[in-house]
Amino acid sequence: MSLLEVDNLRVAFDTEDGRVQAVDGISFSVEKGKTLGIVGESGCGKSVASLTMLGLTRSMNSRIEGRVEFEGRDLLSIPETDLEAIRGNEVSMIFQDPLSSLHPFFKIGHQLSEAVLTHRDVSKGEAAKLAVEMLDLVGIPNAEARSHSYPHEFSGGMRQRVMIAMALINDPKLLIADEPTTALDVTTQAQILGLIDDLQEELGMSMILITHDLGVVAQNADEIAVMYAGQIVERSSVEELFFSPQHPYTWGLLGSIPRIDRSSEEPLIPVTGQPPSLIHPPGGCRFHPRCPYVQEACSTEQPSLETTGGGGTHHSACLLSETERKALWASLEKSPDPASAIAAAELKVARR
Amino acid sequence: MSSSETALLEIKHLVKHFPLTKGILFRKQVGAVQAVDDLSLSVAEGETVGLVGETGCGKSTVARMLVRLLDPTSGEIRFDGDDLASAKGGDLNTLRREIQIVFQDPYSALNPRKTVGAIIADPLVIHGIGKEGDDRKRMVQELMEQVGLSPEHYNRLPHEFSGGQRQRIGIARALALRPKLIVLDEPVSALDVSIQAQVVNLLSDLQKERDLSYLFVAHDLSVVRHVSDRIAVMYLGKIVEVAPAEEIFEKPIHPYTLALYSAVPKPDPSERTEKPIRLEGDLPSPTDPPSGCRFRTRCPWATDICTKAEPPLVDYGGGHLAACHHPRNVSRVDLESAQIAPASPITASDQMPAVE
Amino acid sequence: MLEYILRRVLWGVAMLFLVSGVIFVIFYLLPSADPATLRAGRQASPDQIERIRESLGLDRPVFIQYVDYMKQIFFHFDFGYSYQYETSVSSLIFDRLGPTASLTFGAAILWLLMGIPIGIISAVRARSLLDRSTMVISLALISAPVFWLGLISLYLFADDIGLIPILPGAGSYEPLSAGPIAWAGPLILPWTVLAAASAAVYARYLRSDMIDVMGEDYIRTARAKGLPERKVVMKHGVRSAITPVITLLGLDIGVLLAGNAILTESVFNIPGVGRLVLDAIDKADLPLIQGVTLFGAFFIVIFNLVVDIAYAYLDPRVRYDDL
Ligand SMILES: Nc1ncnc2c1ncn2[C@@H]1O[C@H](COP(=O)(O)OP(=O)(O)OP(=O)(O)O)[C@@H](O)[C@H]1O
Ligand SMILES: Nc1ncnc2c1ncn2[C@@H]1O[C@H](COP(=O)(O)OP(=O)(O)OP(=O)(O)O)[C@@H](O)[C@H]1O
Ligand code: SF4
Ligand SMILES: [Mg+2]
Ligand SMILES: [Mg+2]
Repeated sequence: MSLLEVDNLRVAFDTEDGRVQAVDGISFSVEKGKTLGIVGESGCGKSVASLTMLGLTRSMNSRIEGRVEFEGRDLLSIPETDLEAIRGNEVSMIFQDPLSSLHPFFKIGHQLSEAVLTHRDVSKGEAAKLAVEMLDLVGIPNAEARSHSYPHEFSGGMRQRVMIAMALINDPKLLIADEPTTALDVTTQAQILGLIDDLQEELGMSMILITHDLGVVAQNADEIAVMYAGQIVERSSVEELFFSPQHPYTWGLLGSIPRIDRSSEEPLIPVTGQPPSLIHPPGGCRFHPRCPYVQEACSTEQPSLETTGGGGTHHSACLLSETERKALWASLEKSPDPASAIAAAELKVARR
Repeated sequence: MSSSETALLEIKHLVKHFPLTKGILFRKQVGAVQAVDDLSLSVAEGETVGLVGETGCGKSTVARMLVRLLDPTSGEIRFDGDDLASAKGGDLNTLRREIQIVFQDPYSALNPRKTVGAIIADPLVIHGIGKEGDDRKRMVQELMEQVGLSPEHYNRLPHEFSGGQRQRIGIARALALRPKLIVLDEPVSALDVSIQAQVVNLLSDLQKERDLSYLFVAHDLSVVRHVSDRIAVMYLGKIVEVAPAEEIFEKPIHPYTLALYSAVPKPDPSERTEKPIRLEGDLPSPTDPPSGCRFRTRCPWATDICTKAEPPLVDYGGGHLAACHHPRNVSRVDLESAQIAPASPITASDQMPAVE
Repeated sequence: MLEYILRRVLWGVAMLFLVSGVIFVIFYLLPSADPATLRAGRQASPDQIERIRESLGLDRPVFIQYVDYMKQIFFHFDFGYSYQYETSVSSLIFDRLGPTASLTFGAAILWLLMGIPIGIISAVRARSLLDRSTMVISLALISAPVFWLGLISLYLFADDIGLIPILPGAGSYEPLSAGPIAWAGPLILPWTVLAAASAAVYARYLRSDMIDVMGEDYIRTARAKGLPERKVVMKHGVRSAITPVITLLGLDIGVLLAGNAILTESVFNIPGVGRLVLDAIDKADLPLIQGVTLFGAFFIVIFNLVVDIAYAYLDPRVRYDDL
């Protein structure tokens, strides 16, 4: 059985401009000890989805539907106090901006031991000792002395280490990392991702790794879900996603990132247009206004996430047939230009 | 620095120190942030030079000195032969038309109360170019069209545009005076990948059309690799390596360049077995940089000499320069023909790296 | 830290010198307020006035007079003599300080006790009916003139003229030395009246602060840790939101001690600094006006300093050498 099972999760916010459907029916599961990577561009609902799993988007103006089953319990329907017992204990979270995510007025040792005292029946002294041990484990030099420092006295990378220490101090079964390295430099990012990787192995926990950097998921995730405008458009193992992607948006993403490990002669092929509004999303396939391979049906019929090839583990939400997609990718793999792929696959594209 | 081409921009031994002061009533200087410390670099006509390095290494400080938003502490900036660092009044004004800057944050770099038309027309007004009214409007609308904005949006306000479009506005404004060089300070860092690619392509199209030169400042190595002809790597205010873009990551000489390259997560799961070189510790403070080689506190190859002597910037031929006592990817033969470059910092030692 | 305080104290002293100089120039050079004429009384001959002028040293250059005045203050703590009361200005002010301090601190405690809980609850229940109604009431309190509130309260509750005569009314002030109950009784109405507007201001201020803070990332972290909501609000939220309120409090107390409770003191006939100011202005008692103003400036400077130090203490991000 999976550790976490998300089924048809929908989250909407009522705002002055109208209802924002931030997450629109996503489903996935996370296996024990594995890492699920969620990628997607800004505003596609990655953070809202992860916050909702821990009940952190519950409010007067939010509407939440679906199931989030963690070890057999539905986190969306249990009362707030039960959720509090799970948060920071069995499921922990780290966030993008480590400076703003730590309380500026409390010493970090205190912020860490508070997490222990909330969930365990230990003395303050023991909690403080645990905090120091944890800081040491994540590689803060002089942990004992540094536990009396305030967050602003640390560098960005060290702050993220503190956040990780705080998230892992109660031995969680699942860690949700929401863009944990986006605010950091590459060398610091390598330190932090390496640290998370080591700790994950040591503690045997599962992880949801949210990012917009395809490189980060390629190097760190076992499974990947690609999100677009509140929906998952493709979900598969890392290898499948990079070696035989099945969705035009994934193709678009892969074609638009510059590669440091390849010659720069290949031009970038951007995805044209802008991500859609989540208040009035386009009908049919959300991606159809930007999709170079759009068919007549795409503007009216909503594709659902269906199994395609890959031994039942590869899912894609696209109305193109499997053969069409295969032919297109065969050409795109060589050159990311959609026009030549359309010609090679002899695809008929609907006029926009 | 391929000497055959004439350099459009020549930066020589450029220094910027920000003084730190302290005191009860009268403040005395107690030190300085050595943001840029003896940096030399050139940009040829039509060339794109990438400037990379981690947060706080001084990239933006260099960029801001080039457009004289900051005055250098010392050093020379030659543009088409004229010294920009000391230019004043009318001369400075003329030079300012030739070099324009585009900033990172498309949200805060634009005046929220001005229409897009007015923002782009600003430099034209300041420099008195074109006749007021329809003439200028036509010029602005042409610019908008060139950067892929719809000219009908002339009267819209910045907040009505998306991030990528706002960056296009910034680019249009920079193009208005037909400059020869555009300094791009993290122009795509705030943008999503698909939008980022649109802006990168726009920049390279404009370069071809208008024969522009770019100094492309960024911390995203992949983007820099894609757009640049040559790349300079900075660490704590100094250049540690310069080389043609294809070469610098294929055959990095400086350990820092090596570490940077290996730290970039490649979007290719088959490269997962290669664990990146993990640098120890944090970036030292630019107020009190390490003696000798500034990278030595985090360098896996550091030895005694790295503490004692600042490594000179050595020219290994083919425009490949690096400042390290223990260069990587360098053979005995390479070393024999190598020599200390004129761009080497004045304080650097004159000891050539030894063969290992 | 010490260096920082020292620097601030030096600035404060410099500030006081500046203020005293400005006051001196204004009052001694103002033609309508020639002290000699005033001192001499109504029917004095020009001769008499001239003699008084000489005896007061008013014929000398302003600068010398100013230096003299400051010397007296510095070495003898002598602010001169009030024309009106014929006693030293300093003793007059000290006499009046007790009532003003009683009024100020009592009211401050009261408005904090009301404003803080209301602010927090309104923020947590933002836009609820409770929040909306307290905010409307607070707006009414802020816009109500103190004068009017004071008279209404007397008319309702004062034991002499009130409809429900349960509390001591105007002019019944007793010093603390008369016993805590005798002291507090007559102050209940003035405290309430003085605190009403401030309580409302503080509640609104804290509410908006608190709403901002509750949207911060570190509050989300506190929740993600599994802290109960009550603790998230009362510990993590309040700790941040209260800091600016405390600085506001310092400034308000300084201003009130400086004589700004003038209306409340008048309505309730409390012999405080504010009333003294009123008297002094009324009678053009220049040494007294000058003394009171300097004292006021002193309190404001002192409390500004206290606020800055408190702020640096409360917010560890403030670096002393940056200030
Ligand atoms: N509390 C809220 N009320 C209204 N709209 C919200 C709220 N929180 C998020 N949204 C909207 O929901 C959408 C999804 O936001 P989300 O933060 O999940 O994006 P994201 O994928 O995490 O993006 P990023 O990469 O920028 O972090 C956005 O359009 C956002 O504006
Ligand atoms: N006006 C200033 N006064 C004092 N120090 C400054 C000033 N501007 C920049 N610095 C310091 O100079 C150093 C270099 O800053 P700079 O902004 O050039 O870095 P950068 O390489 O552009 O970094 P980033 O990638 O974060 O933009 C930093 O340590 C910075 O704190
Ligand atoms: S000079 Fe020494 S410390 Fe610096 S990079 Fe080379 S080997 Fe490392
Ligand atoms: Mg997010
Ligand atoms: Mg910068």
